[in-house]
Amino acid sequence: MKISTATPLTAIDRHWQRFTLSQKLSRYAVYLVLVLALVLSIQTVEVIPEFFYDAPEQMADMFTRMWPIDFAYYPVSVHDAMLETLNIATLGTLLTLIFAIPLALMNASNVVASPWCHWIARFFLVSSRSVNSLVWALLFVAIFGPSVIAGVLAIAFRSVGFVGKLLGEAIEEINMGPIEALTATGASWAAILLKGYWPQILPAFFSIVLFRWDINVRESAVLGLVGAGGIGVVLSDSMNLFEWQRVAMALLAIFVVVILAEILVVNIRKRLL
Amino acid sequence: MSSAQAFLEIKGLQKEYVSGNPILKGIDITITEPGIIAIIGPSGTGKSTLLRCINRLIEPTAGQIIFEQADLCDARGGELRKLRRHVGMVFQEYNLVERLSVIENVLTGRLGYMSAWRAWRRNFSQQDINTAFELLDAVGLSEHATQRADSLSGGQRQRVGIARAVMQDPRILLADEPTSSLDPKTAVEIMELLERFAQEKNIPALVNIHDVNLARRFAKRMIGMAGGKVVYDGSPEGISDEHLKLIYGGESWLA
Repeated sequence: MKISTATPLTAIDRHWQRFTLSQKLSRYAVYLVLVLALVLSIQTVEVIPEFFYDAPEQMADMFTRMWPIDFAYYPVSVHDAMLETLNIATLGTLLTLIFAIPLALMNASNVVASPWCHWIARFFLVSSRSVNSLVWALLFVAIFGPSVIAGVLAIAFRSVGFVGKLLGEAIEEINMGPIEALTATGASWAAILLKGYWPQILPAFFSIVLFRWDINVRESAVLGLVGAGGIGVVLSDSMNLFEWQRVAMALLAIFVVVILAEILVVNIRKRLL
Repeated sequence: MSSAQAFLEIKGLQKEYVSGNPILKGIDITITEPGIIAIIGPSGTGKSTLLRCINRLIEPTAGQIIFEQADLCDARGGELRKLRRHVGMVFQEYNLVERLSVIENVLTGRLGYMSAWRAWRRNFSQQDINTAFELLDAVGLSEHATQRADSLSGGQRQRVGIARAVMQDPRILLADEPTSSLDPKTAVEIMELLERFAQEKNIPALVNIHDVNLARRFAKRMIGMAGGKVVYDGSPEGISDEHLKLIYGGESWLA
């Protein structure tokens, strides 16, 4: 039997449109609200036109003061401060894992079934993320005084939420088949975690930790502004003394280190998968 | 035959996922003989649920499962894990830990016998390692031992799955649709392997299977399920078209 491929003509044209009338109206309403919000916020921030127009001039002025970069200042104090920043970022990231791994496990519904556990884990993860690392640093500087330890703790506390949440999600996405198979062999809970869950989340784990370390290198560069150690202290001191050529040196050092960290992380991640 | 000799005794097994809507409506099966026992039946009739109730991957609602003189339905914690060690299971989707090597996947069959600390240190006994390699020889995958499991084909993965189950030193094997994801030739080879291990170890192998002809070819006994009940339990020769109609419904597919 031959099957006809021609479409039969229908007497009535069928109607199709993507949005119904009420959907269309609500979409226009959203656009209107967006425009209103923009207008209102421009009125609120009260841009002073004079300051705004001479910004290019000011910027050019600042760059001329920054130039030439004071390279001689690098061995004097930038080098040590930069190392301190890297130490803060690395120690902070390692310290984070102690809290983030248990919280991630508690937050993953395919590891712990109890909703109570999920809420407790979520509480800590959200409170860690809701506070900026600069604010954490202010708190710890108040407790420990201006020092590296304040920086490390600030980085660690801010990262717990990030690492814990992403790791928890990675755990929830694993294939439960192997877990079922290991349960069937009579393996203990800990053995199943080590041999069933861990191999499956390993690439995600290192990817997340390296990504966070990369972010932490950048964040810890700023922490010195509130006295929590690292390159930020040098930056802030030079700015206060109007030593713009030294500021330029510190900024360049941060820029180079961040680029190097990025290259390192990308290369390690490529090898992991 | 006294029940003390039975490999497995299932009495009045019921399972309800939703209260008042049982999927297993009182299953009674006694297994006293080694060899392949095929369970056939349409999809959704509770074959997988039945197998998973036996090793408690799924909690039964009511009934008894007597295995090694203990009731599996009552076992808790450590006791349950000890019983599970002697129930080897083979899965339709193989369920290997893909990022681990083939030999390590076989060795995970011993996890029930060792502490988590030793598992973490990969501190398997020499005897376990020897057994694992012997099993890989037996399933014909010795040269793939150190390859990652996700580099294998479906048939090869299922062989590893069988080796892992046998590694447990099982007193019974369960296989949930072990051949459904495989081509016909590989399916026969997998059934041959299950038959061989069941014979060597002198244990029964309960196999859920869709392919009635494959089941007839290998099974010593066939159990037909329909609507959550056993509707046929006997020799493969005794199963007639009438029985198949009763199990699967309709008849056009029988021609």
